[in-house]
Parts: sequence; structure tokens; C-alpha cells
Amino acid sequence: MSFDNSVGIVAPQRFCHDAPMLLKGGGRLPAFELAFETYGALNAARSNAVLVCHALSGSHHVAGIYADTPDSEGWWDNLVGPGKPLDTEKFFVVGVNNLGGCYGSTGPLSQNPESGKRYGADFPMVTVEDWVLSQSRLADHLGIDTWAAVIGGSLGGMQAIEWSLQFPERIRHVVAIASAPNLSAQNIAFNEVARQAILTDPDFHGGHYASRGLVPTRGLRLARMMGHITYLSDDQMNEKFGRQLRGGGLNFSYDIDFEIESYLRHQGDKFAGFFDANTYLLMTKALDYFDPARVCCGDLVAAFAPIRASFLVTSFSTDWRFSPARSRELVFALMQNRRHVAYAEIDCDAGHDSFLLDNAHYHSVLRAYLENIKL
Amino acid sequence: MSLNSLNMTSGLNPLTPRERERFDFAVIAGWIPEGRHVLDFGCGDGRLLRYLRETKSITGYGVEIDHESVLGCIRNGIDVIQIDVEGGLSGFKDASFSHAIISQALQAMHGTEHVLGEMLRVADEAIVSFPNFAYRVNREAIAAGHMPVSEDLPYEWYDTPNVRFFTIADFEALCAKLGIVIRERLAFDVYGQSVTEDPNLNGSLAFYRLGRG
Repeated sequence: MSFDNSVGIVAPQRFCHDAPMLLKGGGRLPAFELAFETYGALNAARSNAVLVCHALSGSHHVAGIYADTPDSEGWWDNLVGPGKPLDTEKFFVVGVNNLGGCYGSTGPLSQNPESGKRYGADFPMVTVEDWVLSQSRLADHLGIDTWAAVIGGSLGGMQAIEWSLQFPERIRHVVAIASAPNLSAQNIAFNEVARQAILTDPDFHGGHYASRGLVPTRGLRLARMMGHITYLSDDQMNEKFGRQLRGGGLNFSYDIDFEIESYLRHQGDKFAGFFDANTYLLMTKALDYFDPARVCCGDLVAAFAPIRASFLVTSFSTDWRFSPARSRELVFALMQNRRHVAYAEIDCDAGHDSFLLDNAHYHSVLRAYLENIKL
Repeated sequence: MSLNSLNMTSGLNPLTPRERERFDFAVIAGWIPEGRHVLDFGCGDGRLLRYLRETKSITGYGVEIDHESVLGCIRNGIDVIQIDVEGGLSGFKDASFSHAIISQALQAMHGTEHVLGEMLRVADEAIVSFPNFAYRVNREAIAAGHMPVSEDLPYEWYDTPNVRFFTIADFEALCAKLGIVIRERLAFDVYGQSVTEDPNLNGSLAFYRLGRG
């Protein structure tokens, strides 16, 4: 059940953090900026703020459209807006582009204020923990002591979980969708293939392609094509494309025969046209490194002991990249810590990407949970 | 517990479905001390858990597989875990709950032995309520050539969610076979009156407190 209500025309804002930040991986940023957007109004008690965390290729542009820009709808516009499940008449919603991103926050394409040159490959490695720390500075700046909720899918869900660990007193609810306590070996393997595609592109130049006016398009394209396969389900791909031929007959060549080939090439080309390769590398590494149980010798129950927030965990039946079993690991660890947790396993044939769709039952679950959050 | 406190009608009319539910809840609540931590298998929309929370500050989780019921729980602010009771309980740690409850749902589960075993693995005590298929009225229906339809078995044979049809005598035999100790049993007729004489004939609803042998 979703309404056609949009937050309307929105504009990105910038938050400038003028002090240095030390990063978990040992790196240091002399200063940083975060691009963010807000929807709705912060109430007088400052108790209605919700942070939306993005996944691998998302941005701060969560909802609404940009003036005079066609097709500029935010990536989670079906969820966020007046009367929508994440209701901007109730909540003050904040979207932020992660550190290391390529949509306006400080990242590899930014200029290093200390050298006066683009960071490029010299941009330090960032982790989910670093993202949450930087987001906490944005929260300070916005006057938000405590989030009513932090919500995210996939890598975004990991950030929501990390919030509850790093700042237990600053977050009341976590909505972790199609997420996991860490990546499986298979998931890391997919990320590594994607990275190798980029790293071995002759135009990559050790990450300093931008200063030469180059883009490692082939690598990015391959990375995205492979990633895209893993975000969909076998059934859905068969249903959508099957063995349909592009031109009606077989070509007996390496040109496009099948519709799925055409689709993947299109997705790859589109992505390589706007996304930064260094950011892609950073984001996949942040995914690989996320593992809150690591400091507790793999004991997720012990790792979750600091958590105070209540959780909604959801997964999708056909998601094999972040399978329901991984979400259940989160749920069981929360239950053993006697945290409030609700877990819904949604029937949806769209694989990992289901979290971005407006499946009616999925949205009803989110709506019901968010409606019950007291301000 | 005073049984009179559970009698919600004058005894002239059978309990309505709503009264029967409250009755079921009250019996179960009477067996769980304040503030305990429970697991409710087949929790529906979470009404029992809410009742236990509101009347006795009891915490815990519901386990439910049905999508609409899970949504109902979330609407009701109940902590619900959407997994299959019959196959998905291995993630629950041994003895992590004081009580595991199955209220009016055991007859709708296939793996009866497995489920009972799991209840007593994850909790110190199991509480089970179910409709007694050997209740007098049900026997009369069978004798007259029809599957029983009654207050506590309100389904036709072709639309019933029930898959296991058993009696008080059958259930107690299974407990004996599995080494499960029956700590307490209560049986009631359709008027909500406690039955002590030949409960397998006179009892429509049965309640058990079970422990490990």
C-alpha cells in the first residue's frame, strides 16, 4: 500500500567537518564534507529523526526530485514521503552520502586540502564504523541526540546495526533489511572479482585515472554486470528475460544474442558512466571488513551485548546474496541478549534487490513497525 | 489458582469464541509467574503475549510462520520471529526461556514429537492447550457418522487447519513414551467449567504443564 505522495522538490545540503578524523584502518582525513538531504521537519523534542543509510551504490538522495532534472527521483522514494511507510509527516528523515562516496561527500574524487591534489587512490580506507562515526558528527550538527530509528538495506543495514553498537544510547530502533552480521566467503569472493575487474583495467593506473582524464570503464562495467546478477534471483531473471533473443535469431557471434546480455551491458554501461571506480573499491572493502563479532572471537551474542535499541529485521525469500539465514543470525543473537526484535521473512521473487521494491506486504511490515515508534 | 476465577459465564451457555480465548489466556497466565521470559509457538497475531505482558509483565517472543499473523504481531507491538516451528528452532539456545507455550496450535503442527522435544529443550517448562477430540459431543458426532464440529473444533473436515487429531488419553500416552513429565493437567467443558471426572470424555479443552523427565 503506497501513496503517490512525494516529498516534492528537494535540494542537497553540505556538512563541513573542519577537524581531522582518524579512521579505523589507520588512515586520517584532515577534514571532510558530507552531502545530505532532509525530508519532513524535526520536532521540538528532536525525537523524530530517522537516518536512512545507503547500500553500495546509493546516495543521500533518498526521496523527492531535483528541480528541472528529469528522472531524478530518490532511490527509496517509494518508501519515504508524506503518508508513505516512512512517513515524513511523522518523521524527520535524513539521507547521507557516505564518506568515500562519489555523490558529493568527501571521497577519492575530492581534493586533499593538504596536498591540493585529488585523493584518487590515496583516499584512506574507510569502514562501516568510520561511516557511523562521521554520521554521528552530522547528527551533532543537526541537533539530533538520538535517532528514533536508523534504517538501511544490505550495506545500509550494516550501518544501522553498527549505530546500535557504537552509539547504543543514541538510537532507539534499528530497521535492518536484507542485511547480515558479516559477509560470507562467497560474498567476499564476488566483491573480489568485482575489484579485480577494476584493478586490472588498463585505464585504472593504480587508482590515479582521474588526474589523467581517464575512467576504468571496462572494469567498472564488469563489476556492475556481475554484481547485478547477484542482486537478482534465478527465477526472476528467467521470468523477465528467459532465453529471449534480442534480434529474433541466433547470431553465431559474440554480439548480443540474448536479452539478458543486452540488459547487463546496458546496466554496466550506465553505471560506468557515473560511478567512481575508487569509490566502488572502497565500498566493497567496507562490506568485506564489517564483522562486529570479530572482536569477540566470532561470538555475535557477546558482540551484541552493548545494544539497547529495538530491532525490526527483514529478509527476502529469494535473496541469496544476503539470505534469510544471515538475517536469522542477527535475530537469534538479539534474542539471546533479550532485545526487542521482530523478524519478517518476505516472499518476494526479486532477490537481494527486493528491498528497493514496493512489495505490498514488505511495505505493510515497515509501515506497521514505524507507526508504532513513539516519539 | 481458583478455578472459579476462570469461570466467565453463568454456565448456561457455551463460551463464545472471544470468551474461550480469554479463558485460554487466563489459564496459561495462571501458570506463569510474574516477569518470566517465554516463547509462544504459533503465536498468531500476538494476543496471548500481549495479555501476558499486560497482566503479568511477562516478556518473550512469538514464533509464527503465517505472513498476515506476523504483520498482526508487528502492528500489536509484539516481538515476533517469522520461522517455521517445525524446522527452524535450532537457533534457539537450550533453556533460554522459562516457558514454551503452544496455545491451541499443536493439533495444527505435523511434527508433534519434534515440537514437544524442542519446547522442553529451549524452556524449563512447556504449556500446551488443545481441543480434546474424545470429548462427548465429538464422540456423538462420530457415532452419528460425521466428523465433529464444535465450539472447540469449529471447522469442517475440508477446511480445518488441524492435521493431528488426538485425545487427552493419546496425548498422555505420547508424553509417557517421550519421557515427558506431566506436572499439572486441567480440563474444561465448553461452558468453561472445570472437569475432574473422566476428563477424556467430559473435557473439551485440555491444558498441560509439562517438564523434562
